[in-house]
Amino acid sequence: MGILSLEGVSQEFGGLLALDEVRLEVEAGKIFGIIGPNGAGKTTLFNIITGIYTPTAGQVIYKEEAINGLPPYELARRGIGRTFQNIRLFNKLSVLDNVKVGFHGVTKAGFFGAILGLPGERREEKSIDSRAHHLLEMVGLDDKRMEYADNLAYGEQRRLEIARALALDPSLLLLDEPAAGMNASEKLSLMSFIREIRDKENLTILLVEHDMNVVMNICDQIAVLDYGRKIADGPPEQVKNDPRVIQSYLGAEA
Amino acid sequence: MFIEQLVNGLTLGSSYALIALGYTMVYGIIQLINFAHGEIYMFGAFAGLLLVSLFGVNIFIAMLGAMAFCMVLGMLVERVAYRPLRGKSSRLSALISAIGVSIFLSTLMALIRGTNTTRYPEIIEIHTYHLWGLDLSSLQIIILVVSALLMVGLQLMIQRTRLGKAMRACSQDLDAASLMGINSNRIISYTFAIGSALAAAGGVMVGIYYNAVWPYMGTMAGLKAFSAAVLGGIGSIPGAMIGGLTLGVLEILGVAYLSSSYKDAIAFGILILVLIVRPQGIMGQKITKKV
Repeated sequence: MGILSLEGVSQEFGGLLALDEVRLEVEAGKIFGIIGPNGAGKTTLFNIITGIYTPTAGQVIYKEEAINGLPPYELARRGIGRTFQNIRLFNKLSVLDNVKVGFHGVTKAGFFGAILGLPGERREEKSIDSRAHHLLEMVGLDDKRMEYADNLAYGEQRRLEIARALALDPSLLLLDEPAAGMNASEKLSLMSFIREIRDKENLTILLVEHDMNVVMNICDQIAVLDYGRKIADGPPEQVKNDPRVIQSYLGAEA
Repeated sequence: MFIEQLVNGLTLGSSYALIALGYTMVYGIIQLINFAHGEIYMFGAFAGLLLVSLFGVNIFIAMLGAMAFCMVLGMLVERVAYRPLRGKSSRLSALISAIGVSIFLSTLMALIRGTNTTRYPEIIEIHTYHLWGLDLSSLQIIILVVSALLMVGLQLMIQRTRLGKAMRACSQDLDAASLMGINSNRIISYTFAIGSALAAAGGVMVGIYYNAVWPYMGTMAGLKAFSAAVLGGIGSIPGAMIGGLTLGVLEILGVAYLSSSYKDAIAFGILILVLIVRPQGIMGQKITKKV
């Protein structure tokens, strides 16, 4: 059994079926792509896996436990990290603090410990500091750690979001359109970066992406959604040649 | 004369600032005007009174006790009246719930204590000091120093500690914060606790300063402090401090040089003027909408 599986997951919004009995099986250590036209339900799927929505039907199994209905912060603490389609950094926090916020959920801090700065707290804070530096180095932002997240360039903000998600020490990382708005060379370095963090941090990566080059290049497996339904699932070569995918995703004549 | 009035204004203003901080912190994090906040302040004043008259404690112990009591009360109000509505219904419902809690708490106190004004027992000997040609009472010094310490402490907590960082993260993006492992409900609860404790400290000091507490004292104080928070830029912590002090000083100067019957009109008049010129308040950030 994989690290994450969805069993007949449906999500309804006031009569609109955004996801219709979706089944997925994601194996640990793989890069798993989810593609589909706009409005196919890709982001809804992410929102279900991260606990923002509780699915109307079906089950989400993560590390052999049903997780639907658990609050987002609990899932984050269990190692599901994510980035957002439209970047959602804490703009008025420094780059370093953005990453440190990610650590705080997974370390313990009581109310008074946090207010008074007790010794145990201080020690923890130190180890958080060094791990945060390490992550920022990895994404190449350590020299900008004191800047407001607001002031970073677009590509840097995307990388900071990934660093912030990695602070959770995740087992499963969800990337929502990581290549959006990037030029060709940025995309190339993003692809090698994604592979690199997968190997270094022992991650399973689930990604939504519109850029077919990126998806076909780095994904081990791809699922295709269309109008909330999964219409294909398999390795890139197979999906690329699936007549239903060509029909609905690329247009009939493509 | 002018300088003395200025000090009087700062004394009054620091109590506004202490209450205004609670409004602005809660607004910053969940965009709710917590109309019950004035009543928390009133309960703080009564809790201090109770401690003083039952146990004869000094002003500082009374303040600490009232702060602890109001922390719990503030968290309880959030848990019972606001959290069940959060995310499930419009912000307007929470606002109406806040007005309901406000009426409930002041009426509750009126039932317990009656609507008469109670005097604070004399727990502090008032000395008058002459400093730099100024007449300062010991009570004024206590109020100014304690308020300053609390505000500096709050600022340090927000800037330096992990809880402060989590609070700032939540106020910028509540959903993203919870996806980063922050239990946002708990942070909201702590925000209410801290805001309520500050209001309680203000309540005890004002009760002693004016030697009067009554069940409806929270209404006007709450409105003034809310105005101070808006004046400073709602959502901004330094703004609430500056707004509170500004309002206090202008109000006292108005009373001194115009007439005391214009006291409240001055406060709200200033609010209107500032909002016409600078709608986002003194420290508030302008939100530009892209069309």
